[in-house]
Amino acid sequence: MEQASRIEKIMAQEPLRVSLVVAAFLVYPFLVSDYFIDIAIFFGIYALLGLSLNIVLGEVGLFDLGHAGFYAIGAYTTAILNTKFGIPILVLIPLSALAAALFAYIVFSPVIHLQGDYLLIVTLGLGEIIRQALINNPFDLTGGPNGVFGIDFPSFGPLVVDSSIEYYFLIWIIVGLSIIGLTSLQHSRIGRAWNYIREDETAANASGIDSRKYKLLAFVLGAALAGVAGNVYASKLMCVSPESFTFWESCLMFCIVLIGGMGSIPGVLIGAAFISLFPEIFRPFAMYRMLIFGSAMILMMMFRPGGVWPRKRGAVEFRSLLDDTGRSDA
Amino acid sequence: MHSGRRHSSGEVVLETKGLTKIFGGLIAVNDFNLKVYKGEILSLIGPNGAGKTTVFNVVTGIYRPEEGQVLFKGRDITGCKPHRIISYGIARTFQNIRLFPDMTCLENVMAGRHCRSSSGLFSSIFKTRRQRAEERDIRGISERRLEQVSLSRFRDELAKNIAYGSQRMLEIARALASEPDLLVLDEPSSGLNPRETEDLMAFLKNLIREEDVTILLIEHDMNMVMGISDWVVVLDGGRKIAEGTPEAVYADPHVIEAYLGKEDEDTGYGASA
Repeated sequence: MEQASRIEKIMAQEPLRVSLVVAAFLVYPFLVSDYFIDIAIFFGIYALLGLSLNIVLGEVGLFDLGHAGFYAIGAYTTAILNTKFGIPILVLIPLSALAAALFAYIVFSPVIHLQGDYLLIVTLGLGEIIRQALINNPFDLTGGPNGVFGIDFPSFGPLVVDSSIEYYFLIWIIVGLSIIGLTSLQHSRIGRAWNYIREDETAANASGIDSRKYKLLAFVLGAALAGVAGNVYASKLMCVSPESFTFWESCLMFCIVLIGGMGSIPGVLIGAAFISLFPEIFRPFAMYRMLIFGSAMILMMMFRPGGVWPRKRGAVEFRSLLDDTGRSDA
Repeated sequence: MHSGRRHSSGEVVLETKGLTKIFGGLIAVNDFNLKVYKGEILSLIGPNGAGKTTVFNVVTGIYRPEEGQVLFKGRDITGCKPHRIISYGIARTFQNIRLFPDMTCLENVMAGRHCRSSSGLFSSIFKTRRQRAEERDIRGISERRLEQVSLSRFRDELAKNIAYGSQRMLEIARALASEPDLLVLDEPSSGLNPRETEDLMAFLKNLIREEDVTILLIEHDMNMVMGISDWVVVLDGGRKIAEGTPEAVYADPHVIEAYLGKEDEDTGYGASA
């Protein structure tokens, strides 16, 4: 009993927990076969998508069921610019983010004032419009239903990312950096402004938060991250086609955030792990996969509506303040 | 006009000129003129549906008036957005408390500092030195405000978990965190027990004495109105029907009529129907 509580106490220390998780991620690819590394790559891509939707859905509480659209824009930006103009994949990471972000800014500017379900319908339509446009092959760029083939490997000087293990590190470095940046944001006035809007928009406005500006910022940032995920996805598969960006993908991202817990970064990782591992584990009973998945979601909503790992408030902030005051005294 | 006012310094903080707000066919506020002088506590009273909250919502930018102007420290703020108005120096509370329920008490107060801070996206992501210093300021000031309303012990408690009376005070602390020149309180004593109301009155009197702030409030509790106000304005049916010192308003036949109906039955509602 005493032993258990001591272990618990040790595990409660944030830096230790984080370093254990990081160590596990570093060691993992050297212990398993390529098949499991590939699963972890898609886990990483879903984690990034989950993090991107979490900004909009988790932090600000805006329903977005068209997020796959931004993922698609990132992937196609990478695919087209790489195959037509030979721009290196790594250079295309920021460009894909920018393209998706710009698109989000343009389409959401006029509709950002819509509330709840109304905004949801707009995002739903938007996701479909993007997919249909890709199928229709505008300006002969997107290759219609077949998509775009022959996308390069990312290369960094002499280092070419062409094996599973290298892709694994590429995606998880991106996810890691995103987590660091998003955690900083959560504890800044911008992260708080997002949360204030989610909690009570009228009170947030009366407290000095320009809700329009911060909602748009969330969409733009969320789209940018989804664009980055699209870039990695495109170069990993070496081809993109519209069927990878269906409404179902948007639903999966939505599930990732709901399963994990809205606004919780560890929660998103758990949700993404569940979504990417689930089909693999249940491969033998493929017929019943969706049945089990659906039941799991319903049970989740009934018994743990806040998610598996909801964001805890208070204690964490308290510690960081002690750190801060300690530093200012020194 | 302000000759009878106890605390008046002669400087007008807030002024409305011919304010009119119409909802469909209903004239909620009709040609309303108000002057709030620096350093005073002005109470806006009136029966239910008199248009008091509508006046507040127009002043704090939630509604745009059909006619008239709102001047704050001489500047025309008519139709400005709520988030701008608080940055000009008018902070408010709501009749039905509006906190951020799933955030801590401290985070709730920190909301008031938003308009007084400026860190952007990149400095927040990369935690620049300036951003960290600003965060420390936000916390420090918010903690002091929390202490001022005696809620320091609930610092890391979620706002939804504290008692109703404490939630009211937390909302006031959030408003104060923005360092307002004018504090606009919509029925601050509603839902409070007599003791809590006493505490609130003492708190507001103390606030006026110690800080450079002016208070405009809507109130139903007559004890509080009489005990705290320097000046009382009475609204009925969207119009100002009387104003004066609490004592004068209390004795005004128009005010008694608005609240209780006319004494003379012949000219009352029964006869005209």
